[in-house]
Amino acid sequence: MITPVLATIGLNTYVAVSAVLFAIGFFGVLLRKNTLVVYMCLELMLIASTLALAAFSHFNGTLDGNVFVFFILTIAAAEVAVGLAIIVALFRQRHTVQVEELNQLKH
Amino acid sequence: MADLLFYTFAFLTLACAVLVVVNKDAVNAAMFLIVSLVGVAGLFVLLDAALLAFVLLLVYAGAVVALFLFIIMLLDTTPGSLKPFKAATIAASALGGALLALGVVSLYQRAVLPSPAVATTAPTLKAYAQQLFTTYLLPVQVVGFLLLIAMLGVIVLSKKFEVKEDAS
Repeated sequence: MITPVLATIGLNTYVAVSAVLFAIGFFGVLLRKNTLVVYMCLELMLIASTLALAAFSHFNGTLDGNVFVFFILTIAAAEVAVGLAIIVALFRQRHTVQVEELNQLKH
Repeated sequence: MADLLFYTFAFLTLACAVLVVVNKDAVNAAMFLIVSLVGVAGLFVLLDAALLAFVLLLVYAGAVVALFLFIIMLLDTTPGSLKPFKAATIAASALGGALLALGVVSLYQRAVLPSPAVATTAPTLKAYAQQLFTTYLLPVQVVGFLLLIAMLGVIVLSKKFEVKEDAS
């Protein structure tokens, strides 16, 4: 087990990395047009939140955040399965996964 | 040494996350997602959560990204036309970036965050099990039920139903 005795990295840095990772995922959701890539960026945002939870848990000396990460991972797995099934069903109907062509609800 | 590892893993995570976003090909994006997840797993190990790193790699790199790649191959989508972004999208991105920079700066200047916990031992598998089966027993049951519902939902979504004409 690695015990970073000499580590000087504080909680701030972990939270900053987590925030930047979340922002990258957010920009991906905003800027990308492919539904699958948008979905991957959603996963990035979820991972960023788990990183923040694990960091807070470590620096507070509790286990609750780590247990919460377990639940997030489980729910992410379920979410990916359902979301990809929806994307496949959508592709069967419309034959595209580009966001700008999936605008039937607007008209 | 641990600092160097932290910076390596953080750089790996963030750089590959950027590559996920800017890559035109969805398959390459999925591959960079795997590398980014490896970086996050390394950060988890540095946070004394080796079990979480293991579960992350198992669930995400093993199952989720494989599922993504499977769907990408199945749909066989051509790379979409890169239309120029709308003004609203650019404005939202700029605003989001400015807010993020503000948040990080204020985090470093003002936030009073706890210093590293004193002499906590790394959480063992036994400690996780203790928590999951005592304090969090009900959430474990609920999550199990959620997985069941998700499985049923996926089956229903991906099944083709025949429409019967003479439904009475």
